[in-house]
Amino acid sequence: MPKVTYIEANGAKHDVTVDSGSNCRDAAVDNDIPGIDGDCGGVCACATCHVYVDPAWLGKTGKAAPGEMEAELLQFAPDFRDNSRLACQIKMTDALDGLVLHVPEGQH
Amino acid sequence: MTVAQTNKTLRDAVNKIPLDQMDVSDPLLFQNDTIGEYFRRLRAEDPVNYCAKSPNGPYWSVTKFNDIVRVDTDHKSFSSDAARGGIVLGGLGVPTEASAMGGLEMFIAMDPPKHDEQRKVVSPIVAPHNLETLEPIIRERAAAILDSLPIGEEIDWVDQVSIELTTMTLATLFDFPWEERRKLTRWSDVVTSSPGNGVDSWEQWQQELTECAMYFKNLWDQRVGGEQKHDLISMLAGSPATANMPFQEFLGNLILLIVGGNDTTRNSISGGVLALNENPAEYAKLMKNPGLITGMVSEIIRWQSPITSMMRTALCDAEVGGKKIREGDKAVMWYLSGNRDSEVIERADEFLIDRKNPRQHLSFGFGIHRCVGNRLAELQLRIIWEEIVKRFSKVEVVGKPVRSLSHVIHGFTKMPVKLHAH
Repeated sequence: MPKVTYIEANGAKHDVTVDSGSNCRDAAVDNDIPGIDGDCGGVCACATCHVYVDPAWLGKTGKAAPGEMEAELLQFAPDFRDNSRLACQIKMTDALDGLVLHVPEGQH
Repeated sequence: MTVAQTNKTLRDAVNKIPLDQMDVSDPLLFQNDTIGEYFRRLRAEDPVNYCAKSPNGPYWSVTKFNDIVRVDTDHKSFSSDAARGGIVLGGLGVPTEASAMGGLEMFIAMDPPKHDEQRKVVSPIVAPHNLETLEPIIRERAAAILDSLPIGEEIDWVDQVSIELTTMTLATLFDFPWEERRKLTRWSDVVTSSPGNGVDSWEQWQQELTECAMYFKNLWDQRVGGEQKHDLISMLAGSPATANMPFQEFLGNLILLIVGGNDTTRNSISGGVLALNENPAEYAKLMKNPGLITGMVSEIIRWQSPITSMMRTALCDAEVGGKKIREGDKAVMWYLSGNRDSEVIERADEFLIDRKNPRQHLSFGFGIHRCVGNRLAELQLRIIWEEIVKRFSKVEVVGKPVRSLSHVIHGFTKMPVKLHAH
């Protein structure tokens, strides 16, 4: 199964194996990764599974598409950056094995 | 009659109402706390229900969790714009003025792109980093409020705790003159009041809110052009997106922040006390394990649903839950009902402080208008409960609480309690 590494704002690392087809929000919540709230249940309706995709991986995950709901929600997140994504919108595939996601200081 | 008999009588009566005559916007149903039975029937029999005739005009009720999320996240089809009717069914304030709050404009009642620009100005004040600064201040005040209360005597929890704490927090966010902070409470109450319910006349309503406007205008004038401080007034005055707002928009946005930061958390603080009293096994769990407070806070917010609903106006024909909502129709998303939808929330009719996934509730709304102060609300509730369990073995509700007469603000005007020391 593909693996994802979540890195907390304080530097703590968590390696999690994720089923292909699952998403990075569910994987974080199921494994109690601190700092990812995921209030809406993973349907792209809030912005509380905000993560920063490690720059090395951004080509593979892609960015949030401008004008789509994900980007519209992310624009209100504190410290929104070019590599900001909602973890619920990153679907796991074998091609993402080894993905590194940075968790922000807090979700809002 | 026993409680069970009363419930059965109510259920039978509600079941007899023709579905096209179910007007769930009658404020009396919220004040007498029978509304839950109406929503139970709609969820079961007609989850997206059209009410053709009501004092608030015709409207759709959207009552199930997933249908509400669908409407709330589709701002391209469902407008919040004040010019189309705004966000509150029936409007607020003088009914002859065709806008969300009697001529006031605020970013919650705007569509993109203007909504986005203005929301971004105020959002940082309630972002996680700022909340870390606020936490010790709120805790110190919560402690002082609770320490000042008498043990074993009847007090009004609403006035002495819920209003007191949330008003202090709001005064801090505005850097509002401290001794006059109860003006904020009063103005917040006036906005959602009507003749005979909080004010005597619409003239009084307008006069009090004009006073509010002038008061804030004065603070604004003092702060504009001054050193950049981190209160909401300075932030609005200092940002290009909001510095030159027309006066009605300035007042509207301030009122939005006052009501948003006042009525809501206040009623969740009160609602939590009532919920724990009505569910003694949950209260016992809490006292045995205060570590449950974080999850309990979300459960309290779900249970109370302090804002019952938000309204949208369809910009095009749209299908919701198999019904066709036509362009121009009003659709009310009843968060209070969706939060009892057992298809999404397990044992939704039970108050469970240790439930799995407590954060998954509708009380903050979803989509681009989602409550900007959600984490501040949770912070205040967490702190007050942490300080309560340290001091009291029980906050006992000793009389019937008085509920608000409103189909929007779901709360209490009085809640007599007695405190029991450890």
